[in-house]
Order: sequence, then structure tokens, then C-alpha cells
Amino acid sequence: MKAWKEGMSKLSDAVITQEKECVKINRGKKFLALDILYIAMMVLPIVTAITLKVLFTPASKGVTITGPLVYFRIPFIIQDFIITESQINSALVIITILGICLYLTHGLSIDPTLKRQHIAEIIVEKAKGLVSGNMGEAFGAFTSFIMAIMALSACSSLLSLFGLFPPTSDMNVVAGWSILVFGIITYYKLKCGPANYLKGFTEPVAILTPINIIGEFATPISMAFRHYGNVLSGVVVSVLVGSALQGLSAMLLSWAPAFIAGIPIFQIGIPAVLSVYFDLFSGLLQAFIFAMLTMLYVSGAFDPEGYLEYKRKKQEKKMKKQKIKNAK
Amino acid sequence: MLAIAIGIILGCCALGAGIAMIAGIGPGIGEGNAVAKACEAIGRQPESKSAVTSTMIMGCAIAETTGLYALIIAILLIFVAPSIMVGVLTSAVPAAILL
Repeated sequence: MKAWKEGMSKLSDAVITQEKECVKINRGKKFLALDILYIAMMVLPIVTAITLKVLFTPASKGVTITGPLVYFRIPFIIQDFIITESQINSALVIITILGICLYLTHGLSIDPTLKRQHIAEIIVEKAKGLVSGNMGEAFGAFTSFIMAIMALSACSSLLSLFGLFPPTSDMNVVAGWSILVFGIITYYKLKCGPANYLKGFTEPVAILTPINIIGEFATPISMAFRHYGNVLSGVVVSVLVGSALQGLSAMLLSWAPAFIAGIPIFQIGIPAVLSVYFDLFSGLLQAFIFAMLTMLYVSGAFDPEGYLEYKRKKQEKKMKKQKIKNAK
Repeated sequence: MLAIAIGIILGCCALGAGIAMIAGIGPGIGEGNAVAKACEAIGRQPESKSAVTSTMIMGCAIAETTGLYALIIAILLIFVAPSIMVGVLTSAVPAAILL
């Protein structure tokens, strides 16, 4: 009897494990095509960017530090519409991020069996915690916007790991983001009424109005310069150090025959140490700081008490008007 | 004459870049102070290490901004300004005077 029970329990265990495996296999088969599509969506943009870079880079000797390469020129009435490396690279980064998001979130289920669902849940939870912790629960809807800017900034800066031009080292890209943030800040300041917004410039003393106006415009400029300057300085310093190491190794091996003298001994490994700081650490830190400052500025711009008072006054005015109408 | 003028422009651009980078002293001292205080705080309360570290890195990155302004100006002076200045010089002044 005991043996029979043991045998039955073993059998049922085996059946359960087989069922689980079947489910796993089915899931694997079901999503295989989509998986490949999404992984291709992640990888192909980077390959495209590298190909374009190789095709359009002019042949030159020596080290040069230039702005983004100009890929296409579309003739326009006033001025040629120039499409540069930074625009194309940022568009490709957007496709890559979309691919990552779709890969992580397809095939979700209530009892998660997939590893990527756990990763996606961790990311979402951390993002929600970060945003509601810094901006308050009322601004919870900002999570997607903040994370979009953060992911875009981080992945753009990380492009330099592939030897590509990071779009964040172009002033125009970062300035676009900071102008967007400035628009949101102004929108939330205007929520308390345009009169209160204009009155805010004359505080604490009316003489300080010009300084307040300059301070208002300094916000987007400083945000853009901080991000752009950090990434650009990384690019410039790595190029300078690389060229110096090249010169050093050429000097040391100048006595040797040509095929040995061509080996860049100092350029092996040493620039990678700089890359860890400038590309990985600095790039990710700047993305975090840009998102953090966005959160702080936007949540600081909104004054809930002033908003409620403005609404109350508006309603009182409406009531008065209606009373006058009713009296007539 | 033209060579001397261009030489003066290039030299002054390089000097200006060097002088602009004096601003690097400020963030250096400031960040040093911030890290020193963070070390003290961690020494006093080791359990708050992660919070102190993240706040310190954030503050350091923001304190770096003034140094970065100087850096951008220096980079512009070295890589962008000379070509613009030489262009202005050669277009504004008649070649006969310079030669």
C-alpha cells in the first residue's frame, strides 16, 4: 500500500512537471517569432547607425574633434534643412528603446514564469517609487514622461560605447529636451492664474524683476549645458588622451621596423578605463540628474494652495455673474 | 602682417581658454567639501551610507555645473572661435593693408 502511494505521488509529480514543461515549451514557441522581431528591433538600429557612420566618415589622417557629421541636406526656401548624425542617432535610439520595452512586456501573465516579466516589474516599481517619492503622489502620472527622458538620455550617452556619436553631445538635442521641460514648468506655474504668475516675478522686491526673468530663463539653459558639457567633455578628453597615447607609442617604437612600429601598445586597454568613467558612469549619472531636476522643478513649480484659491475665486466670480443674470 | 594677426588671434584664444578654466578651482573645492562632509556623515551613521552617497553624487554633479560652463567656453575658444575670428579678419580688412 505504502509503495503504491509513493508510486502514485511520484507519478503525479512527474505529470505536473511535464505539464509545466509543456506550458513553457508552448510559451516559448508562441513567442519565438515575436522575440526575434523585438531583438532585431533592438540590434538593427545600432548596426544601421554604425553602417551610416562608416559610409559617411570622410577619410582623414590624425585626430580631429568635430561636430556631428551631416548626412543629408534637404533644400528648403530659406535655408537648407540639414539632417545630421545626432538626429538620425537619436531616432535610432528611440527605436531601440521601443524594442526593449516591447521585448520586456510582451506575453505578460498573472503568475509570471518569464524572467523578463520580473525585470519589467522591477523597473516599473522602481520608477513609480522614484517619481512618487520625489514629486508626490499627485504627480504619479509623470512617471512615463520622466522615465522616457531618462531612458533616452541614458541610451543616447551609451551609444559612445559603440564608437558612435552620442546625440547628447550635440547642444541642439539636449536643448530641445530642456525647452520641453521649461514648457511644462511654465504650464504648472500658470495653473495659479496668469496674474499670479506675473506677480511672482516681482517678489520679494519689485527691483529684482530683471534678475528674476533672467533666472527663469537660466533654468533650461543650465539644464542643457550641464548635460551637454558633461558628455562633450568626456568625448574631448577621450580623444585627446587617445591621440597622446598614439604619439607616445609611436615615439617609443620609432627605432623598430615599420610593422612593429605600427602597433599602438599604449592604446590597448588604457582608454577603456577612461571610457568606464566618461561613457558609463558619467552618462548614466547625467541621465539620472536630468530626470531628477525635471522632477524637482516641475513639482516645485506647482503651488496647490494657490491653485485651490484661484479656482475658488473663479467660481465666486461665476456665481456673482449668475446672480446678476438671475436678478435681471 | 596677416601671419602676425592670425598668430595673435590663435594665441589669445588659447590664453582665454586657459584663463576660463581657472573656474575649475571653485567646483573642485566645493566637491571636496561635500565629499568630506559625506565621509563624516557615513562615519557617524554607517547605516545611512547608501542615502548619503546618492545625495552626495547628485550634489557633486550639480556643483560641477559652473566648472562645465568654463569648460564649454574653453572648448569653444579652442575649436570654434579661431576659425570664425580669422574669417572675420580676412573678410573685414582689405588684403592690401594686411600685406
